Amino acid sequence: MKAEIEVLQPGLFSSIQDLGRFGFQKYGAPQSGVMDRYAMRICNLLLGNPQEASVLEMTFQGPKLKFNSETRICITGADLSPQVNDEPVANFEQIHVKPGDILKFGRRKKGFRSYLGISGGFNTETTMGSQSWYEGITSDFRLKKGMKLAFSEEKFSETDTYSSIRIDSEYMANDEIEVYPGPEFELLPQTHCTRLFNSEFSIEDSSNRMAVQFKDSLQNELEPITTGPVLPGTVQLTPSGNLIILMRDCQTTGGYPRILQLSETGIQVLSQKMPGEKIKLKKINYQHNGAK
Amino acid sequence: MAENPKISPLGDRGILIEFDEEVSENLLQKLLFYKKIIQNSKAKLKLEVTNTYNSLLISYVFTIEDIYSEVSRLKQLVSGANITKFNNYKIFSIPVCYDPEFGLDLEHISREKNLSLEPIIELHTAPEYLIYFIGFLPGFLYLGGLDEKLKISRKNTPRKSVEKGAIGIGENQTGIYPKSSPGGWQIIGRSPVELFDKNKKIPSPFSAGDRIRFFSVSKEEFYEIEKQVGAGTYTLKVEDHEG
Repeated sequence: MKAEIEVLQPGLFSSIQDLGRFGFQKYGAPQSGVMDRYAMRICNLLLGNPQEASVLEMTFQGPKLKFNSETRICITGADLSPQVNDEPVANFEQIHVKPGDILKFGRRKKGFRSYLGISGGFNTETTMGSQSWYEGITSDFRLKKGMKLAFSEEKFSETDTYSSIRIDSEYMANDEIEVYPGPEFELLPQTHCTRLFNSEFSIEDSSNRMAVQFKDSLQNELEPITTGPVLPGTVQLTPSGNLIILMRDCQTTGGYPRILQLSETGIQVLSQKMPGEKIKLKKINYQHNGAK
Repeated sequence: MAENPKISPLGDRGILIEFDEEVSENLLQKLLFYKKIIQNSKAKLKLEVTNTYNSLLISYVFTIEDIYSEVSRLKQLVSGANITKFNNYKIFSIPVCYDPEFGLDLEHISREKNLSLEPIIELHTAPEYLIYFIGFLPGFLYLGGLDEKLKISRKNTPRKSVEKGAIGIGENQTGIYPKSSPGGWQIIGRSPVELFDKNKKIPSPFSAGDRIRFFSVSKEEFYEIEKQVGAGTYTLKVEDHEG
């Protein structure tokens, strides 16, 4: 019998993700990959997995999943009140599951995106070098009822809990998003910069893995640019004044001025913000030797 | 004088190289030349280089620990290089059916430009279009070389859905929609060929620097080619050229 998880209920929006798809941007394929890389890294560390092992990214409302085989799992990122067989289990800890066990989630307590890691990673299809789901590139792009997610069977053994790993979950409560100046930052008049870094921006409902947008706008006279490269974390400013923060599933090129670029920490913090929440942009500069 | 090219970090996982020059075939050759040098250099970090009209983006899988030493490594690579040879390239022939059934905006262009259908097809099939890069959507080609006479503004209201394979014109650009998507270009025809196949090891036959030519086919030929594409028996006509 193949080791797999059966999806009893899909939750709001869940997808298999890894670090992303690399080497295919030249064909216009987005990078994809987990929104919150920190949560994925901690999850795999706690399980003793390779750092690139795939995880299930679960947004706001988690799924209901049934295991047919014994394994170890770990949940990181947002706290969506996970329960195994109706008993609450903790985030950031190894959990031993047995055949027939049911993992489900309840009320969201903190953060927006939660990650389910499994010993050895998920064993789902690899397309163009990555397991990350993306509509148009992989056959599945969101979790559906009745789906089966294969995972590597392991000879189960009690492993040390990695108690020496320092876990920081405080970032989820942070409302400051770190940004570097982007390629077109210099074109912004001073008054706009002041507004940019002294205002609160309220996250739009339409925000998703492709982009985060805001209810607030910034009137401007910036000209469109010659279509140029963009990356996850690029902040575009449209002629109508909308700020668009490109996220992991974003396109590879764009024609709007790129006024800011989020740091990886900035992307991580923003990934845990819900529509309706307010954020502030905090300007940082590039430093030598990676010291931040 | 401003630094040219300008090499600067773009976040923790990217470095952007921007050339302050007019978009041209010459600049593209320069970009492709530097792209190759960077790809072939012994990088300690996992990276990928892509180009647009006037920029190169070096994107890294992981956060770059020491961004300034990576920037200066790239500066040395770029400043020490002299273009010796242009890239070899391919010329692809792409079938297009310009029947009004597919060319939804042919009538509009005909009226606006005071051209009948035949000259529109002639003007569109004459040039060898240069592929500057692939971006926006998987398999979407940014092409240069559209005849000035066919230049036309985008639709005031974009269509909610443009069919896969649709050939459009927007301002001085022409291109093919690699999949059904919303779009504002004026549609003049449709091609039955596949621009992006996720199941192939190399999902697109095209690379930046290659060229394409459109040739006109009838509706019958369109459906015949479409059938062959579906069965995996259609091969694009390709010529190899030395740079």
